[in-house]
Amino acid sequence: MKTNRINHIKPQTKSTFITFAIAIGAFALSQTLIATGKMGNQMAGLMVPICYNVILAVSLNLTVGILGELSLGHAGFMCVGAFASSVFSVLVKDDLASGLLRFALAMLIGALTAALFGLIVGIPVLRLQGDYLAIVTLAFGEIIKNIVSNLYLFKDKNGFVFGVSRTPPADLTTVEKVLNGPNGVTGIPKSSTFTIAFVMVLITLFVVTNLVNSRAGRAIKSIRDNRIAAQSVGISIPKYKLLALVISAMFAGVAGVLYSHSLTILTATSQNFGYNMSIMILVYVVLGGIGSIRGSMIAATLLTILPEKLRFLSDKRMLIYAIVLIIIMLFNNSPAIAGIREKVRRVFRVKILRKTNTPATEGR
Amino acid sequence: MSFISYLLNGISLGSIYALIALGYTMVYGIAKMLNFAHGDVIMVGGVIAYTAINSLGLSPYLAVLAAIVTCTVLGITIEKIAYKPLRGASSLTVLITAIGVSYFLQNFVLWQFGSNSKNFPSVVRFPTWQINESLSVDGVTTVTIVTALIIMVALTLFIKKSKPGQAMLALSEDRGAAQLMGVNVNRTVSLTFAIGSALAGVASVLLCSAYPQISYQTGAMPGIKAFVAAVFGGIGSIPGAMIGGVLLGVIENMSKAYISTQMSDAVVFGILILVLLVKPTGILGKKIHEKV
Repeated sequence: MKTNRINHIKPQTKSTFITFAIAIGAFALSQTLIATGKMGNQMAGLMVPICYNVILAVSLNLTVGILGELSLGHAGFMCVGAFASSVFSVLVKDDLASGLLRFALAMLIGALTAALFGLIVGIPVLRLQGDYLAIVTLAFGEIIKNIVSNLYLFKDKNGFVFGVSRTPPADLTTVEKVLNGPNGVTGIPKSSTFTIAFVMVLITLFVVTNLVNSRAGRAIKSIRDNRIAAQSVGISIPKYKLLALVISAMFAGVAGVLYSHSLTILTATSQNFGYNMSIMILVYVVLGGIGSIRGSMIAATLLTILPEKLRFLSDKRMLIYAIVLIIIMLFNNSPAIAGIREKVRRVFRVKILRKTNTPATEGR
Repeated sequence: MSFISYLLNGISLGSIYALIALGYTMVYGIAKMLNFAHGDVIMVGGVIAYTAINSLGLSPYLAVLAAIVTCTVLGITIEKIAYKPLRGASSLTVLITAIGVSYFLQNFVLWQFGSNSKNFPSVVRFPTWQINESLSVDGVTTVTIVTALIIMVALTLFIKKSKPGQAMLALSEDRGAAQLMGVNVNRTVSLTFAIGSALAGVASVLLCSAYPQISYQTGAMPGIKAFVAAVFGGIGSIPGAMIGGVLLGVIENMSKAYISTQMSDAVVFGILILVLLVKPTGILGKKIHEKV
């Protein structure tokens, strides 16, 4: 009878369970490896980056895979979350003794600020579609990066001065430069631990999978599949589009908080918050399978580890990475070699995997 | 510096953007893909010109020719290897592949050329044009504007009058119908990539002459700006790319001069967003009519 009950579980639920099982299993395994000293320092140092990259990939998948709109500015929201939270952390560092409470508040502030920016970006882009929406998100990402690296926040014992002027006003005594334009924020407490980062991954997975399989999620997917049909059955397109964009931005903000609190100095460069980073996240999503939450999670993990493992190639590292990326894209998607691809897949395909894969390809 | 010289510098920068944007917009019109590797083709052109002059000791004219030829061959090769097998796949797939190609070109040059940016030798030897004592036009500026103007006129004539040009236009209007009318799709797509990349070759030399620095990252920012210019003018539209490119260059230079040097990128992208909010398909973009 027990087996019978398992078969009655909805395929989406089963798929969600598998996703969580993989995540928790991977966490338990790496914690064991770290505890027994089997994992090298290099790998152990990658654990927090893996977590925030997974959060970035899963949250971008909500926009690209579930809502079906290409976003090239995801790193911009990450930037907002990173700066809002680290400015907060630096400001209250002396007043708030409890590290965990401070980090929880910083997380909340980072997430909410990023969500607010998601709303600010989301409302104007409701008019746009396709490549035009993509270019506007790219533009917003670049604007955010550009503005953030020109903001200054000075603090003394009486209060703050905030603005675009690089010199602190003369009447401020013993100035502390909290936010110093292109030099960014310094002295951020290193609060991002593997466990906290992993808890955030679980929260992200929980919210996103539940959203995808809920009434709202079905509404969002219906907009992706046929906007006009969705509209004609009474689905409010602005409402659900904004919902997806805001939640996606919020989790990008969470990833930004984790990222900034794993560094001591945070600056906005084109490497970490420019469109390059947005594209990197998009690569995780596309390689993992558009619309597949589990795929995003696995692809983000592997693609965070791969460049580190290729370090022995030194300057040829990213060259190999690029070649691997092109080959994977051609192999996975070329209509010309569909026959060969099927043959290779048949060799690797396990019966159980196929069972869970066939009924629902979305929202795993 | 007076307003007019800011304007002329802006037009000069904008003409370079326009040449690059033409490559984006032509490829988009015909292959319906965003060729993100286009900016890096420009960088390769610059590196070739640099190597030809500094290491091989060729004359600047031969170096320019070498850059254009290399870019053209590179464009066709990229299309054949990376994009052609994906014809019919989703546009996002092709976009990621293009990004892969972009990474490849950047890192190949990084590996061969080193990470330091190098000083680009002056290729354009054209005297400075002194209009009056407060206003003079740099030789590079004159050459850039004139070259871009000639290329734009030639390209417009080519598209309007020649048979391959008409084939390109037909393909961008309706691929299926064009194929039925006997247009050779593969050859036309290759030709598009060839022309786009040759323009990138010209743009590379002009860009490196105006901003005499060359490194493996040279192409990234102009590439993205030109992409913005193409969308600005309405992606897929050739006159749109020209207008968009020049406007973007002028806006960028004006905001550098009168608003803020550091914030000029934010101003450029902000204006782009405003334009798209008023005209969601760009200045000259076609309106998309949705059928139910």
